[in-house]
Amino acid sequence: MNWLRKKIDAIKPHFEKGGKFYFLHSTFDAFETFLFVPNKVTKQGSHIRDAIDLKRTMSVVIIALIPALLFGMYNVGYQYYKAIGQEASFFDMFWFGFLKVLPIIIVSYVSGLTVEFIFAQIRHHEVNEGFLVSGMLIPLIMPVNIPLWMVSVATIFAVIFGKEVFGGTGMNIFNPALLARAFVFFAYPKQISGDLPWTYGLTQGIQTVDGFSGATPLANAAAHAIERIPDNWTLFVGLIPGSIGETSKMAILIGAAILLFTGIANWKVMISTVLGGLFMGFVLNVFAVNPFMEISPITHLLMGGFLFGAVFMATDPVTASQTETGKYIYGFLIGVIAILIRVLNPAYPEGMMLAILFMNAFAPLIDHYVVEANIKRRMKRWNQTTVKS
Amino acid sequence: MPTIIKLKKGLDIRLKGKPQEIILTTEPYKQVGICPDNLPGFIPKPLIKEGEEVLVGSSLFYHKDIPEMVVASPVSGTLKQIKRGEKRKILSFIIEPDGKQTPTNSNMDISKLSDDDLRKAMLSTGLWSFIIQRPYNIIAIPTLQPKAIFISGFDTAPLAPNLEFILHDEKETLQAGINVLKRLVDVPIYVGLKSNTTSVFEQINGIHITYFDGPHPAGNVGIHIHHVSPINKGEIVWTIRPEDLVIIGRYELTGMYDVRRTIAVVGSQVKQPAYVKTIQGADIATIVKNNIYGENNRYISGNVLTGKNATIEGFLGFYDRMISVIPEGDRYEFLGWAMPGFNKFSLSRTFFSWLFPKKEYVIDTNYHGGERAYVMTGQYEKVLPMDILPQHLIKAALSKDIELLEKLGIYEVVEEDLALCEFVCTSKIEVQHILREALDFVRKEMS
Repeated sequence: MNWLRKKIDAIKPHFEKGGKFYFLHSTFDAFETFLFVPNKVTKQGSHIRDAIDLKRTMSVVIIALIPALLFGMYNVGYQYYKAIGQEASFFDMFWFGFLKVLPIIIVSYVSGLTVEFIFAQIRHHEVNEGFLVSGMLIPLIMPVNIPLWMVSVATIFAVIFGKEVFGGTGMNIFNPALLARAFVFFAYPKQISGDLPWTYGLTQGIQTVDGFSGATPLANAAAHAIERIPDNWTLFVGLIPGSIGETSKMAILIGAAILLFTGIANWKVMISTVLGGLFMGFVLNVFAVNPFMEISPITHLLMGGFLFGAVFMATDPVTASQTETGKYIYGFLIGVIAILIRVLNPAYPEGMMLAILFMNAFAPLIDHYVVEANIKRRMKRWNQTTVKS
Repeated sequence: MPTIIKLKKGLDIRLKGKPQEIILTTEPYKQVGICPDNLPGFIPKPLIKEGEEVLVGSSLFYHKDIPEMVVASPVSGTLKQIKRGEKRKILSFIIEPDGKQTPTNSNMDISKLSDDDLRKAMLSTGLWSFIIQRPYNIIAIPTLQPKAIFISGFDTAPLAPNLEFILHDEKETLQAGINVLKRLVDVPIYVGLKSNTTSVFEQINGIHITYFDGPHPAGNVGIHIHHVSPINKGEIVWTIRPEDLVIIGRYELTGMYDVRRTIAVVGSQVKQPAYVKTIQGADIATIVKNNIYGENNRYISGNVLTGKNATIEGFLGFYDRMISVIPEGDRYEFLGWAMPGFNKFSLSRTFFSWLFPKKEYVIDTNYHGGERAYVMTGQYEKVLPMDILPQHLIKAALSKDIELLEKLGIYEVVEEDLALCEFVCTSKIEVQHILREALDFVRKEMS
C-alpha cells in the first residue's frame, strides 16, 4: 500500500499546524490512523508494547455483536412475515430485516460520529474509538419501528450529555448506548413500550393475521399472561418479539464467548450479573404472591434484555466498577436490581436498562470502598510497625 | 522447610533471542563511559578534568548533595571527554582505556572496618554507589538506617540472563560481600530465589532465603520485599544486585576495585545471543561487533521493559547485566489493527497469535496504537503480583495527590515493578515515566 502512504504523506502537511486545513486535523488523524498504524516508537519506559490498542479492542466487541445483529435482522423479517401470515424463505426474511435495520445503524453511526468529530476538533483531541461500539449497540437495543429521527436525536443526546460533557471516552459515568435508549424511553415512551413497536409495520397499521400479538414475553409476564410466554428453548433461540439485538440468547452467548476468550470483557461482571439475576429470581419465587413472581429464574435470564445487558452493557469498562473486587459487587447488584424492577414495578417491564444505569452511578462508590479497604490494610500494617519500634 | 511464595499474576513476554549459555570472545572494549543518568538521584560534580589520567578505582565525580559519595573509574587511562547535553547537564564521562588496568594507590583494606568507618570507606571508594534504597529507587542515603537488605538471586525479565550461569563461580566473593554488608548494618539480609532451581546463594551463610515461583515480575526485588517485609511509611530497605555484591566482595578479598562483569547480549537482532565478559561502562559497539542483523535497531542497556535506550555509540549501564537489541518500529502498518496478527504478541487473545502458545516473537519498538484516556480496567492487576491498586496509584500520580499516593503504596513500588503494566496498557499510558515523576515529587515534598 505504498502508493496510498505516499498520497497521505503528500497531503499531510496541509493538516498540520500552519497548514490551510489545520481545523480538520483531528479528522485527518482519525482517517490516517484508521488506515495505518502510526510509526511512533517508544521514547521512554518500556521499549516494547503490547500489540493491542483501542481500535483492536473495539473491533473485537463489534465482531462479538455480529451474531446478535445478524440474528436480529433475520428475526425482524421472521416476525413481520409471521404477523402478516405469509410464507417466506429464510433469505427473504433476512433481506427484509436487513433493509429495515441497516438505516437505523447508519443513522446511529452518522449522528454519533459527527458529534464525536466536532468535539475532537474543538478540543484538539484524537477522535476516540469508543463510539464505534456505542454506534452498534444503539440500534441493537432499539425496536425496529423506531422513527429514524428519534434514533438520531437520542444518539446525539447520549454522545453529548452522556460522554462529551464529562470529557470524552474514558471519562463518562453512564453507558452512552443505554443513555440513548433511556432518552427514548422517557421522551417518547409510546415508541418503545407496549406491544406494537417490536414487529415491523404494526405501528403503521399493517393487516395482521388473527390471533397475532406483538407482545414481548416480558409484557406477557407483566400482564400475568404466563401461558403466552414461550418455552425456554424458544426464548433461547430468540424468534420472539423484542429489541433488534436482544432476542436471541444463543447469538448473545456466542458474542459472550468471543469477549471472554479474547479477554476484552470482564468475566467477573458477566458472571456476577447472571448470579445476581438468578439469586433475585429465587428470592421472588420463595415469596411469590403472583404469577410473575413465580417465574423460574432461568426464564428470567432468557427474557428481555437481561443477557444482552449482562454481556455487552454491564461489562463496559469505563462505566463499570474499576476495581476487581468491585466488579463482583457491581455485577451482582445489577442482576438483583434488574429482576427486582422487572417484577415489582409494572411501569417498567424491562428493568435491565435502569439497573445498569443505576449501578453506573454507584460504581464509583463501590470503588471507593474497595480502595479504602486496600488503604486500611496498609495503614494497619504501618500502625503495627510503629507500635513495635 | 524453605518458604515458597507462589505468584500467579504476571506475564512472560516470549521474545526471540534468548542467550545461549556460552561465553563469546569479543575484542577488548575501546572506550568506557559512565553515565550519571544510570545512577538514580545522583547529581554529578566532576572531580577531574578532560585529558587527565584516571586509574582503576580513582574517583570520577561526586554527588552534589552528598559530597563524600563518589563514583569510581572502572579502568585506567585518560578521561577523553565529559559529554554534556542541554543546560550543560553531564551525560557521560568517556574514558580512553590504556589497557594496563593500573589500580589507584588510594585502595584500602576494608576487611577490618565496620560501622561508620566502613561506611566512609565504601563512600570514598565508590562501592557505596551499588547500594540502592527504597522508597524512591535512589542510591542509598548514607545517614539513613535500613530495616533490611534484599537481594534478588534471579531475573525473570524478558530475555534476562541466567544469574546462576554468571555467578556459579563467585561463591567466595558473594560470601565476602555479604560479610561486608553484615559489618555495615546489623539488619536481616533476604535473598529471593527461583523455586526448583539450585543457586550459589544456597551455600552462602548469613542470609534468609525465600523461594518464588511465577512469571515475570517474580524476579523483581520489589515483589520480594512486598511479600517478605513490605515497606511502611518511614522505613528504608536497601537492595543490591548479586553482581554488584560480587564487586564489593572482591574489594573485601583483594582490596581492588574490580567491576568486570559477565553480561548477556540478547534480542532478535543479535546473530548469536550469548554471554560476554566485559566491564562496567564498556562501549556497546565493541560488545556487539559482527553479531548484529540489520541497521535500524535499538540498542538497550538492560532489558526491553526497563532498560535505557543507549544507541550503538552508548555504553553498558552502571548496573546493567544485559544488552538487548531489537528492531526499531518506525514504520507504518496498513490496517495493522485489523489484521489477524499471527505474529503479534498480546496479553489478550485479540490476535490469532494465541494459536501458538510456545512461539517466540520479534517485537519492535512501535507503540502499536495511539495514546488514549483510560478505557480498559483490570489489565494492570493481571500483571502485578502485589496487593496494590496500580491503576488508582497511577491516577493519583497524575493528579499529584501526595496523601493518596502514600495511602495507595507509592513507597513500595519503583518503575520496574510497574513496567509490565506499561507494556500491556491498551491506552498506551507512560506508566514508568508517570511513576518516576511521582516518586521524585513525593521525595521532594517529604524532604
